[in-house]
Amino acid sequence: MGWLTNVQWSPYVVGIGIGILSWFTWIISNKPIGCSTAFARSAGMIEKLFRRKKIDVRLYYQEVKPEVDWQWMLVLGIIIGALISALLSGDFRLQWIPLQWANSFGSTVIIRLIVAFAGGILLGFGARWADGCTSGHGISGTMLFSVASWISAICFFIGGIIMAQVLFTVLP
Amino acid sequence: MKKQNIQLLWGLLFGIVFGFLLQKGGVTKYDVIIGQLLLTDFTVVKIMLSAVITGMIGLQIMQHLGWIQLPSYAGSWGKNAIGGIIFGFGFALLGYCPGTLAGAVGNGFLDAATAGLSGILVGSGLLAIVYPRLKEGILVKGSFGNMTLPQLFKISNLSTTIILTIALVFILYLIEKLG
Repeated sequence: MGWLTNVQWSPYVVGIGIGILSWFTWIISNKPIGCSTAFARSAGMIEKLFRRKKIDVRLYYQEVKPEVDWQWMLVLGIIIGALISALLSGDFRLQWIPLQWANSFGSTVIIRLIVAFAGGILLGFGARWADGCTSGHGISGTMLFSVASWISAICFFIGGIIMAQVLFTVLP
Repeated sequence: MKKQNIQLLWGLLFGIVFGFLLQKGGVTKYDVIIGQLLLTDFTVVKIMLSAVITGMIGLQIMQHLGWIQLPSYAGSWGKNAIGGIIFGFGFALLGYCPGTLAGAVGNGFLDAATAGLSGILVGSGLLAIVYPRLKEGILVKGSFGNMTLPQLFKISNLSTTIILTIALVFILYLIEKLG
């Protein structure tokens, strides 16, 4: 059972595993693996807490209901699965600043958090704009031959590569 | 138990497997994702492409056997290209995407669990606010309907599967060779 406690597996084993997992999500649940909608539903649920009623006036939440669904449970499962994997291999650690960030921008926590927050806003906004993320478009949609997903996935990386270059080579 | 609740449990179970695989792949880590965007570490692309190849072949066979009916997604340049670029900017600033952020939370990474998570929620909420102004405008600019690759290139599903498999395996081969 040494493979369970290894810190890292071959990316191909992981990728093939995710591909096989997608067969089962379709056979058993008739659904693609996708993550970003769960965050939109959560945003709706949080807004509902503060506004009590009337959230249903938002057109978006009529189309994407603010409720716990299959995909929301999938995202919850990701947290648990990653936790189990990290604990099994001793790779779990509480960490504020990633190494590569610290190397370029130092170890001031608040600066990392401000940039991560700004990045999160763009990520959430862009994912819902494009109606999918690296999982929903990048893996699930591309394997369904969806042109929308191929364009999205390519643009995720175009935007990501540009911003990473700005951040790590232009700015410092 | 109600059928709907059983499906929620399946969702949780699939998520646990997915999160386990993401963590074992190393993509719950900022350094690995930024390494991909800086083109110094191709782990993310290796995982994604091998998942797409494996998933595609299986799904095509299962659809051919009549076990499943796969949907197609509508899209447009305004929606997918512009949304994709905005997403990409956020991807590099945060260093996680929505799925790997959830994995990073499980891995103990506190930048993901605090600022990253709240940022995604705020960003999703902002899109919901401006959505009525985008829906009939930019989101349908340059619409191509629910076009698929077989329709675009006027080839069969089987040909598409074979060509994509060869092309993606070749890309992986090049990455291994040059990397």
